[in-house]
Amino acid sequence: MSEEDEDQPPPPKRPRASPPADQVLDNVLETVLQFLDAPGDRSAASLVCRSWHRAESATREAVAVRNILAASAARTARRFPRARSLLLKGRPRFADFNLLPPGWAASAFRPWAAAIAAAAFPALTSLNLKRIPVTDADLELIARALPATFLELSLLLCDGFSSHGLASIASHCRGLRVLNVVECDMAVEDEQEVVDWVAAFPPDPTDLESLSFECYGYAVSFDALEALVVRSPRLKRLGVNQHVTLGQLRRLMTHAPRLTHLGTGAFRPADGGDEGIDFGEMVTAFANSGRGRTLVSLSGFRDLAQEYLPTIAVVCINLRTLDLSYAPVTPNQIVMFIRQCFNLETLWVLDSVRDEGLETVAMYCKKLRSLRVMPVVANEDADELVSEVGLAAISRGCRDLRSILYFCQSMTNAAVIDMSRNCPELKVFRLCIMGRHQPDHETGEPMDEGFGAIVQNCSKLTRLSTSGHLTDRAFEYIGKYGKSLRTLSVAFAGNSDRALQHILQGCSKLEKLEIRDCPFGDAGLLSGMHHFYNMRFVWMSGCNLTLQGCKEVARQLPRMVVELINGPPEDERTEDVDILYMYRSLDGPREDVPPFVKIL
Amino acid sequence: LKASSQPPYISTILLSHQHHLLLHFLHYTNQISPHLLLPHHNIPLPLISRFRSTSQPVAFSASSMEIDAENLSATELRLGLPGTSSSEDRPKKPSPTVGTKRALEDTTSEASGTGSAAGEDQDTTTPAKAQVVGWPPVRAYRKNTFQAAAAKKAEQPGGLYVKVSMDGAPYLRKVDLRMYKGYRELREALNALFTKSLAAAENGGDHQYAIAYEDKDGDLMLVGDVPWDMFISSCKKLRIMKGSEAR
Repeated sequence: MSEEDEDQPPPPKRPRASPPADQVLDNVLETVLQFLDAPGDRSAASLVCRSWHRAESATREAVAVRNILAASAARTARRFPRARSLLLKGRPRFADFNLLPPGWAASAFRPWAAAIAAAAFPALTSLNLKRIPVTDADLELIARALPATFLELSLLLCDGFSSHGLASIASHCRGLRVLNVVECDMAVEDEQEVVDWVAAFPPDPTDLESLSFECYGYAVSFDALEALVVRSPRLKRLGVNQHVTLGQLRRLMTHAPRLTHLGTGAFRPADGGDEGIDFGEMVTAFANSGRGRTLVSLSGFRDLAQEYLPTIAVVCINLRTLDLSYAPVTPNQIVMFIRQCFNLETLWVLDSVRDEGLETVAMYCKKLRSLRVMPVVANEDADELVSEVGLAAISRGCRDLRSILYFCQSMTNAAVIDMSRNCPELKVFRLCIMGRHQPDHETGEPMDEGFGAIVQNCSKLTRLSTSGHLTDRAFEYIGKYGKSLRTLSVAFAGNSDRALQHILQGCSKLEKLEIRDCPFGDAGLLSGMHHFYNMRFVWMSGCNLTLQGCKEVARQLPRMVVELINGPPEDERTEDVDILYMYRSLDGPREDVPPFVKIL
Repeated sequence: LKASSQPPYISTILLSHQHHLLLHFLHYTNQISPHLLLPHHNIPLPLISRFRSTSQPVAFSASSMEIDAENLSATELRLGLPGTSSSEDRPKKPSPTVGTKRALEDTTSEASGTGSAAGEDQDTTTPAKAQVVGWPPVRAYRKNTFQAAAAKKAEQPGGLYVKVSMDGAPYLRKVDLRMYKGYRELREALNALFTKSLAAAENGGDHQYAIAYEDKDGDLMLVGDVPWDMFISSCKKLRIMKGSEAR
């Protein structure tokens, strides 16, 4: 076109030929949309009109499929060809507590691995999987498909792979920066067949920035690990497993003085004491790493030798995250270092710290934003170690609290109401009173008023888990005030379908609903028909649903995949439903349906 | 067993949410006979929960029934659906180290803190509560981590050192009874400790010697009569006596 313009005399005035208007708009849009990061914003942008949809899809780099069964790999690859990072979430959370039989979606990841291997995601550098069964073959496929460009692999709560899979990744992905294996249930292997995947890393200096394998059940060769750390100058996060002893940890720390996150492994000297690690040496090790002020997160302590715990006091001033959830620390012990932890934002502890320990935490950790108090003995009959006293102390001391998970044996409405008033910024409130149907132990009343106050006073609440004795009234409150709620977890609560109706009709932003063992039936379920397409999933187990009700939902909402799990075999005439798990899906019901699942 | 012939108080028990009453019922039925328990599917109840009896033998006093995990699962009262292949039936995975995430070991939680529930008191009027699947909502890996640690602690409460005196030997020795698994090892260890004195004794012509111990009440007893574990818990002192004195 330009040559024509030069040779001939300028034609009579007409607009210079330009790309079609659509294309201009697309180009501009793409340029602008590159700056849009937040997933919510991107979703909104893609819904404006077709050209915005096209532009947004072409530019989206961080792709999240938060229910892996909702969209197929092929569809995702077609829509987001430039995906650089992929986040996939699989099983529902209640599967963590053995409520879902294994093998429920055993091959959910296979098509994705195949798609990656077939270069459907050419720009892919980062893979983030949560609660997904992954096999060694899948990892091998990915490693071989993207050897040079693959940078990050994060496996959280995944299962099915073994040391062989990790070895594939380690040996093939030369540019690997992040390998995080967190809380995974790796496949059991014969001792002779375990591969030392740490030794599988190539001998050249690596780009590793984060290496975490705290949940790995076998010992890795310490020499290989030490050599790896030595040749990984960019290493910032290191999380070792419980087979790494205290002396070994100290050596690793000297090789990586700029660590920001440290998972400390066993935190116990080796048996036989030939390591020569003593208290002072450990303090020095921490002091050296603390000198750079880089260490902000400590976790591990998987087999804590209690006398060494105070060695961390040296770095406590800089700590923002402290995970003691595998260490039964007593109140006397926590006092020794918690006073310096005034910058602490995230604290995970066991209830062994007792109310006194929590009071100390409340006194010193004024910036605390996220607290988890997990039970040492997760049993309804266990001794009561923490109670409403601890909760009240935390609420008085840590006004900035955003998220709390609190396990206890009994609770009072007063303490919960206090928390709702003292901590209005709460976004996550998960209270687990371990005794089922436990009322307020002082007044004998149901816990309705407590939870009601939480939803009423904490207007930013997005996640709520209930427990204790609750009547329909609690859910009336939740429906009325829980307008920002996105995730709701209910167990052993409520009197009737009214409760479920309150939830489904009131919580307009609800996305994830998990219910177990509540007296809710079809009427309650059907009251949510208007909303189910807006939800990521609904889980109801041990309730009073019947086949008829579920069929009705499936009939009215064709895009919902309605799975009945552990249902009666075909020849049984009963109508009861054990587990209902339903979710919207663009690609219809899946094909790999195990025998205990029936899709309506 | 038809629904009509159920003991009349079943619905009251279960509707009133009194778990210990439910277990009284289990206790009662276990005394009758396993096969008189209700079959799974004839209980139309508003509150459906999944219960699994604990595998703790002391919870039930039925004499004839052999109570272990396998039998209890056959007699468990499950208020679930027929053909429910519940999570209890999944095969257990062996664990490499501390705990398997999916180990179905809810029942072993008695090993830790709540010692009294699993404890020695044989009075079984308050059996331990039946464990509900997946409650409290703590991942099995975490649950098992502490059970393993608690069990380990229970096994090794520290050394048990007792003095050993030998007639005629100038010095006493001390041994840690927990180092040995049985009487034979103890004898061999004492042999090793007192070789010189024994050789001296032999020169005097008296080859026989006997090992005796002093128990909690201060009585001198011959070693070897009671089971090893009982011996360990009651032995306060050891004494190697010349054969002539032992008779």
